[in-house]
Amino acid sequence: MLAKRLIACLDVRNGGVVKGVNFEGLRDAGDPVELARRYNADGIDELVILDVTATIEERQALAATITAVSRELFIPLTVGGGIGSAGDAAAAIDAGADKVSLNTAALADPPLVTRLARIYGSQAVVVAIDARREGGGWTVMARSGQSATARDAVEWAREAEALGAGEILLTSIDRDGTRAGFDCELTASVAGSLSIPVIASGGAGTFDHFVEVFTTGQADAALAASVFHFSEHAVDELKTHLAGHGISVRR
Amino acid sequence: MQIALIDYGAGNLTSVRKGVAAAGAELVTPSRPDELARCAGMVVPGVGHFAATSSVHQAWRSAIVARVEAGVPLLGICLGMQWLFEGSAEAPDVPGLGLLEGRCLRIEAERPLKVPHVGWNSLSVIRADGILDGVDDGTHVYFTHSYAAPLTRDCSASVIHGQAFAAVVQRDHVAGVQFHPEKSGAAGVRILRNFIGMTRG
Repeated sequence: MLAKRLIACLDVRNGGVVKGVNFEGLRDAGDPVELARRYNADGIDELVILDVTATIEERQALAATITAVSRELFIPLTVGGGIGSAGDAAAAIDAGADKVSLNTAALADPPLVTRLARIYGSQAVVVAIDARREGGGWTVMARSGQSATARDAVEWAREAEALGAGEILLTSIDRDGTRAGFDCELTASVAGSLSIPVIASGGAGTFDHFVEVFTTGQADAALAASVFHFSEHAVDELKTHLAGHGISVRR
Repeated sequence: MQIALIDYGAGNLTSVRKGVAAAGAELVTPSRPDELARCAGMVVPGVGHFAATSSVHQAWRSAIVARVEAGVPLLGICLGMQWLFEGSAEAPDVPGLGLLEGRCLRIEAERPLKVPHVGWNSLSVIRADGILDGVDDGTHVYFTHSYAAPLTRDCSASVIHGQAFAAVVQRDHVAGVQFHPEKSGAAGVRILRNFIGMTRG
């Protein structure tokens, strides 16, 4: 039986992880390689490196980080955040990424999704959607959630699938950073409309939030950052919790 | 001795290269079919559409088959495993290598199951030797595919996603894995190491 996936997100700037990490015994809390190694030992199923940089110099540091992480981790690695063109995607993949995640670039240039899927295969192309609740639905947000688009999140997800995306990384802007739980209604609306997997993101605060998003939320995978920093063995403890609720996980 | 990675332009080889290197082999990417004569093993990777295998020209196909007939181990990964069979419904006009009998078909799975089959799924090990030496029944490995190879006598491990299909095949020194060993954690590295062991006799 296909396991529900747990994905850890590392926000990286200039070669270092920027979100607070407090593992005891970690030589350098900001070292993405050290952190990735720790997550891997704890049983994380995938990693996402999110580039939160702005400059070209920092982007070059990112390539070195991707190479260093992928050299010793044999689990899928996705890179997102700064992929604006086919050239950026090629640089990330050449450095060792298995998948690239497109957000604003896919909105601005939808055929880019198709082009990348033709070059690397759909399995390498993730479309990230930031969605905000509005009226009875969800509006797609661009530029790191800063500006609203005219698109409906469910419709854009369907379109992304038709363009050749292999997975959807769906973030609730309303829940992101709140630790109030995933927006399971949003996740279920998108997951129920697609044939490709949906990764839920935004709002993880407790282990039960993951149970909810994998059951009522119909998510195929869940992504989080800070919740995995609670304790040294958070991933393992979370998997035990999920298995106890009858959810299939990789052990 | 070196192991040849057959690069036919389908997708990204960086991960496979790193995985095989981590398992202890020296990899080369031959630019001409006759260079296969210097290699102790061959790895055919691949992601994407079965039609992509048609870019493996006849000279390469002949050279690969000739080396297999000479006893050189071959490992097909994902699309590379499907290519070992006679063909695939994904591209009915494109012949496979035909080293194993059977044709690949689209996975039949109903909602809530999804196609493509993406993620970690557990192996049902049928033969725990050869390429699967040291790999426990129930081990999770990372899949990403929409078409699958049939269960035949060459199947060493199966997997279920809507239906059962082949996850690992092996006949003598010809082996294939539907999943990505280079993305499957310690078990995947073990499988690559087993293959490298086959190339060392």
